Amino acid sequence: MQKEMAYSFPDEVLKHVFSFIQSDKDRNAVSLVCKSWYEIERWCRRKVFIGNCYAVSPRMVIRRFPEVRSIELKGKPHFADFNLVPDGWGGYVLQWIAEMAGAYPWLGEIRLKRMVVTDESLELIAKSFKNFKVLVLFSCEGFSTDGLAAIAASCKNLRELDLRESEVDDLSGHWLAQFPETCTSLVSLNISCLGSDEVSFSALERLVDRCPNLRSLQLNRAVTLDKIANILRRAPQLVDFGTGNYAAELQPDVFSNLAGAFSSCKELKSLSGFWDVVPAYLPALYSICPRLTSLNLSYATIQSPDLIKLVSHCPRLQRLLFLIQVLDYVEDSGLEELASSCKDLQELRVFPSDPFGVEPNVSLTEQGLVAVSLGCPKLQSVLYFCRRMSNAALVTIAQNCPNLTRFRLCIIEPKTPDYLTLDPLDAGFGAIVEHCKDLRRLSLSGLLTDHVFEYIGTYGKKLEMLSVAFAGDSDLGLHHVLSGCESLRKLEIRDCPFGDKALLANAAKLETMRSLWMSSCAVSFGACKLLGQKMPKLNVEVIDETEPPDSRPESYPVDKLYIYKSVAGPRFDMPPFVWSMDEAVKILH
Amino acid sequence: MSPPLLGVEEEVQSSVSSPSVECISENGMGLKERNYLGLSDCSSVDSSGVSSNLNLATELRLGLPGSQSPERETEFCLLNLGKLDEKPLFPLLPSKDGICSSSQKNVVTGNKRGFSDTMDGFSEVKGYVYTEKSWMFHEAGSDSESPQSVGHGKYPGNSGVNVILSTRSPGVQASVKQDEPANVLQEQPRATNGTSLKQTVISNNTTGAPAAKAQVVGWPPIRPFRTKTLAASSKNNDEVDGKPGPGALFVKVIMDGAPYLRKVDLRTYSTYQELSSALEKMFSCFTLGQCGSHGTAGKEILSESRLKDLLHGSEYVVTYKDKDGDWMLVGDVPWEMFIETCKRLKIMKSSNAIGLAPRAVEKSKANNKKEFGYGC
Repeated sequence: MQKEMAYSFPDEVLKHVFSFIQSDKDRNAVSLVCKSWYEIERWCRRKVFIGNCYAVSPRMVIRRFPEVRSIELKGKPHFADFNLVPDGWGGYVLQWIAEMAGAYPWLGEIRLKRMVVTDESLELIAKSFKNFKVLVLFSCEGFSTDGLAAIAASCKNLRELDLRESEVDDLSGHWLAQFPETCTSLVSLNISCLGSDEVSFSALERLVDRCPNLRSLQLNRAVTLDKIANILRRAPQLVDFGTGNYAAELQPDVFSNLAGAFSSCKELKSLSGFWDVVPAYLPALYSICPRLTSLNLSYATIQSPDLIKLVSHCPRLQRLLFLIQVLDYVEDSGLEELASSCKDLQELRVFPSDPFGVEPNVSLTEQGLVAVSLGCPKLQSVLYFCRRMSNAALVTIAQNCPNLTRFRLCIIEPKTPDYLTLDPLDAGFGAIVEHCKDLRRLSLSGLLTDHVFEYIGTYGKKLEMLSVAFAGDSDLGLHHVLSGCESLRKLEIRDCPFGDKALLANAAKLETMRSLWMSSCAVSFGACKLLGQKMPKLNVEVIDETEPPDSRPESYPVDKLYIYKSVAGPRFDMPPFVWSMDEAVKILH
Repeated sequence: MSPPLLGVEEEVQSSVSSPSVECISENGMGLKERNYLGLSDCSSVDSSGVSSNLNLATELRLGLPGSQSPERETEFCLLNLGKLDEKPLFPLLPSKDGICSSSQKNVVTGNKRGFSDTMDGFSEVKGYVYTEKSWMFHEAGSDSESPQSVGHGKYPGNSGVNVILSTRSPGVQASVKQDEPANVLQEQPRATNGTSLKQTVISNNTTGAPAAKAQVVGWPPIRPFRTKTLAASSKNNDEVDGKPGPGALFVKVIMDGAPYLRKVDLRTYSTYQELSSALEKMFSCFTLGQCGSHGTAGKEILSESRLKDLLHGSEYVVTYKDKDGDWMLVGDVPWEMFIETCKRLKIMKSSNAIGLAPRAVEKSKANNKKEFGYGC
């Protein structure tokens, strides 16, 4: 850049220009242009996203970005969601809060996913940030209602408190009452994860009453059907609502009250909750169905006929619905109905009602998904649990929905082949990656050989996240993926015969990814050590709860392996069952 | 989709010191140890699985469009494939007898390697090979924990070598299984599989008996919030359903003085003894008063027997919180009843447990060492 150019744009102007650049990727690009742009950019970056809390240290973040107002952190690997990561693994947020408390007095937003958050952390947040507005704890754990009470009491301008899917220790139900009477700023409240005893309903009602800007409210199970109407009448401006319990004995006055309350919510677009549904109460929703764009019935154990009624008795439902999450009670017939009504559907998730049963309990097969793919050309995101699949079906789905960006298929029994031909499902998944050129996320299941990975490596150029279980024959499979998938950021593998060779051959690739998880595979301890030695930019961690890996020969495979890139070096909060392969750590011990 | 271009290469081993091509035909016996950088000291890499001289990556790279790894100066890749993209492929080495190869491309590089005994250690455990429409498990080891799909194919079990030809799969292991000294997966009991894969084979189980379908940890992949919610729903809906609850039953376990709590799945145990051993293992590091001596941990962690002595020396008791919120000593009620009512476990110092149901304490004293690991 010529000197003239630099002088012609004073810092303030550049700063102003940069303020329009929101995406992290663009901001990162801006900071690479030249030194002065790097400097200007780093002083005006307000939002930081850290996909792996161990990839960088709080101090480093603070040093580079001194004026951050919003931070998002993710902790445990994704497979922690399925109990594959032992407790105590890590992901503690306390140190981050402690450091930011000093450095970012104006921090307003903290979003955490899969992290361990203690009451101490929550109390520190409450104490340290005077302008605190947004707290999202997605799938977190380690805190109790005491911590929530501290947040409620101290955060005068709290806008968002979202605890979705977190594990909260029930100590007392009265933390909601800690919101001062002067708190009127709530926009979003999600307490759906709380156990029955933890919510004082009267405090909730009063809170809802005095927050005119409340747009999103997800109640927990304890809130019974008769109470829903009360809440809705206090908050007719709601856009997104999660019911609590949706079951009660059918009583006409309760029903009409509920129906009336729903119809008074003219802005309501998104519904969820519906635990313990009594189908007779579903018609109370009819008045708002035409406006709905998102419907989450994935906890509603209602049968297919009731669902079809819901979908079909709402004349305009079809045009606006974008996301449906249903249990497989919906069955193929329900999905076919959906496909004919909801032409704008973009995302479908079908969860299993009886995942551990041996025999299928409902008639949900690949046909349902094929029907939706045929009827809903805008389909982008699929999560589908079923018990059988065929290559033909997958090919059809791929051809019908070339716009798929996320495709997660879980055939419940591992290594299930094509039920028609008994072939592996390589060709089917191959068609998916071949036709869906923008596919970013893929989860595999069923019987799969190395072939499928060859397809993925060849066609999955935009693939960012891949989940693999019980698949493949050899290291070749892993090698295809590591060498072919250029955009790969997250790879998680369990119970596959992948060993040292592919991993070591593609060691450099690991530096371009966020993380790699391998459990119950065949990577030897020796290979892990080698990786740890030779790749200083990676943290190579071996997890073994039974005994230390070096008490066995080096050729023994490790139980679980987690590799991630990091500029912070090996972490210091590893529990005893996690071993770092970093040379430096070894010396210390 | 074009057919895969790769095939199995014969075992080729290079001399350590020079990059020249050499073929050392060793009949698959005792592969020399090399590490991936071609250096002769390979104390850290000793298994055949790790050190076998294969060049799979280059061959593969050549077959696949766009699969170039980023160029770097140093040994960016531990199989040292850096300059291979530019080299042509010449089959310089004769095929090994008895090994089939479905590809004509042999890669020649500075470190000559072959895509040789590729799968020996691995797919024997867990992979299978296709032969037309049928397939069999390729298992040459005594690996009893390999996850085997229910009802498919045959299970050679502990049989010896299987040489299987396939014209379809690139993942053919054509190498004759050898009695390699350090074959990774042949010998060890794969303790890991105990935790991750409890699924046992229906036929040809090593225990002989046809096993019921047990559960695999974390499969199907459903978040615990959903499982919990659905379980609660179904409990409300059909109380009389006597079906033994499937799914895991995780309860938190706290130990006095431990920095974090753990969770155990009560359904994975069937007796108090099993639970006791598991808890001992889990919390052994805490009773040592040290966590984190990793390098020499193998020597320092107490053996289980020493640990038992420590615990039997009446330091700790295990208690649980039941449905009513009361803390009781573990071991009183029949196991099935216990898992129904247990909400949380706590390992506390015996001195702190005095307030608990005295009858239970007496009973526990009487049946001290036999019944439950943590006596009082």
